[in-house]
Amino acid sequence: MKLPVQRAKIVFWLALAALLLLPFVTDALLGRGWVRIADFAMLYIMLALGLNIVVGLAGLLDLGYIAFFAVGAYCYALTGSPHLALAFPSLFPGGVHLPFWIVLPLAALVAGGFGVLLGAPTLRLRGDYLAIVTLGFGEIIRIFLNNLNAPLNLTNGPQGISRIDPIRVADVSLNASQEIFGITLPSVHLYFYLFLAFTALVIFISRRLEKSRIGRAWMAIREDEVAASAMGINTRNLKLLAFAMGAMFGGVSGTLFAGFQGFVSPESFSLMESIMVLCMVVLGGMGNIAGVILGGVLLALLPEVLRHGIVPLQQALFGKTVVDPESLRMLLFGGALIVMMLYRPAGLLPSRVRRRELDTDEAA
Amino acid sequence: MEILLQQIINGLVQGSVYALVALGYTMVYGILGLINFAHGEVVMVGAMLALSALTALLGWGVPPLLALPISLILAMLGCMVLGYGIERIAYRPLRHAPRLAPLITAIGVSIVLQNLAMMVWGRQYHAFPQLIANQPHLIGGAIINDIQIIIFIMALAIMAGLMVVVHRTRLGRAMRAVAENQHAAQLMGVDINRVISITFMLGSALAAVAGLMVSANYGLAHYYMGFLLGLKAFTAAVLGGIGNLRGAMLGGLLLGLIESLGAGYIGDMTGGFLGSHYQDVFAFFVLIAVLVFRPSGLLGERIAERA
Repeated sequence: MKLPVQRAKIVFWLALAALLLLPFVTDALLGRGWVRIADFAMLYIMLALGLNIVVGLAGLLDLGYIAFFAVGAYCYALTGSPHLALAFPSLFPGGVHLPFWIVLPLAALVAGGFGVLLGAPTLRLRGDYLAIVTLGFGEIIRIFLNNLNAPLNLTNGPQGISRIDPIRVADVSLNASQEIFGITLPSVHLYFYLFLAFTALVIFISRRLEKSRIGRAWMAIREDEVAASAMGINTRNLKLLAFAMGAMFGGVSGTLFAGFQGFVSPESFSLMESIMVLCMVVLGGMGNIAGVILGGVLLALLPEVLRHGIVPLQQALFGKTVVDPESLRMLLFGGALIVMMLYRPAGLLPSRVRRRELDTDEAA
Repeated sequence: MEILLQQIINGLVQGSVYALVALGYTMVYGILGLINFAHGEVVMVGAMLALSALTALLGWGVPPLLALPISLILAMLGCMVLGYGIERIAYRPLRHAPRLAPLITAIGVSIVLQNLAMMVWGRQYHAFPQLIANQPHLIGGAIINDIQIIIFIMALAIMAGLMVVVHRTRLGRAMRAVAENQHAAQLMGVDINRVISITFMLGSALAAVAGLMVSANYGLAHYYMGFLLGLKAFTAAVLGGIGNLRGAMLGGLLLGLIESLGAGYIGDMTGGFLGSHYQDVFAFFVLIAVLVFRPSGLLGERIAERA
């Protein structure tokens, strides 16, 4: 679809205006809760775009991706809450309380470091081994987060870390409603605009990456690693870079998550979350940014649709809730993974290259 | 010294269960070159089926020593149907698709099974009924009870039986032929689809036995038990050399030992910094170490091919 420049511009500005007005529209039409859902949807979109680099572009199946999200979240949780002061009063008498904007790049670096740590020993392995090792890595991180509360209380164990400082933009805390030009913006609205900006940034970086020399090299590796290395691509370093970049995206959304929630605990980083993000990438279309965004939006909205649609439906049909929406959601995720792979392996919005590749009959 | 012996006994018993599950992974891998991610969930379904059948039979007044084999057979049959279905629906249509595709369907299958099991059997832990007196025996200061002895002996017997099937029967020869070269086997008149189906069913039957053993050993069954067990059994298969039956057995026993010795001594090794609740981490470190230093496993001859 190629629009004339003038029209493309108009469409862009209209879409931007629609997005900016979205919180007010949902407030007016659907009720108060939906802005928060939109905030989470954007966190998931950022995660999905990060995973898309690893799975969609470089073709490496990462089943422990949520671990990087956890690393980012705990980076900010530890440095932006009174937890360390409570656990080690002598070392940190007043707590650490680093500002968010300093932690953000640090967390991205730490998460990227973990990505390299995981990738370096495992990337020379075949795809299916890599899947299992990453799955194990995700679990290891979670087990450590759960248990590192004794003898040194680093993570506060299963209780998690609370009272994390809210994110501040230009010395304005996003945790209280603000009045701008006579319009009162509640906290969720402020976070909405912050996340919107970050999502836009992530989309922009993803697009540039995809078109860059690096992105093309990733796709070459995905399609035929031997041929790619014969073309002079340093496959090992580039795969490592894919891992690290994906991990950094995960780390950034993790820090945003921690600041937004004000609370983190290991239970937010279970394997099922990794699967959910993977499902977004697969459903929308591996390797296609628009598809991944679509997948993210669909799957982030799904639980709400189920909660508001399926539960009343069951109540009306059977007089009680037979299937709770949570397990139904996971069932649908699993089913979607199978059905998509069988009937539409390239996703709802396939990328052109990827479709050609997945439709061929020859084994990769 | 008693502690060491005790850990060795526990490790061997647990390891023999890992070995049974690992055989399922390794047989499928040997034939299709595919990691059957959903295998751990088959173990879980086996345990749950056996437990349900057992509870029902005991409720009807069937004597325990008769109810146990009946429910085991029912669970094995159920799992064989399940294994056949998984292969037909999720793997066969994708046999020539790129590698990523069957992996993703496998994850899908395992999530679907897990959540279906949760809907059917609920989120709670199910207690395994006590069927036999479960007499503890003292060996050199360490305790081994009847159930553990039965598990260990039964696992060894089943593994021996499987070796006979694979190396001495016509079916086993067909399986080995398909593993060696699918096209050539087909040209020689081997019905590949049938052999693959049977392999999945055999592996699933072993999984059912393993499921029953685990729940009898711990006295518990739970819809989530398959995930970790599957991961560890996969580790065992890789440790022994995936695709190699003897390797799976050896890997299972070794992993059981590593885990129980590790959990027993990690507190002393790290000066109390890490405790036995890190038991589940050992398997992953073993997995990563094996994949880094010897990806073909202890008994694997083939060098793991590159992506």
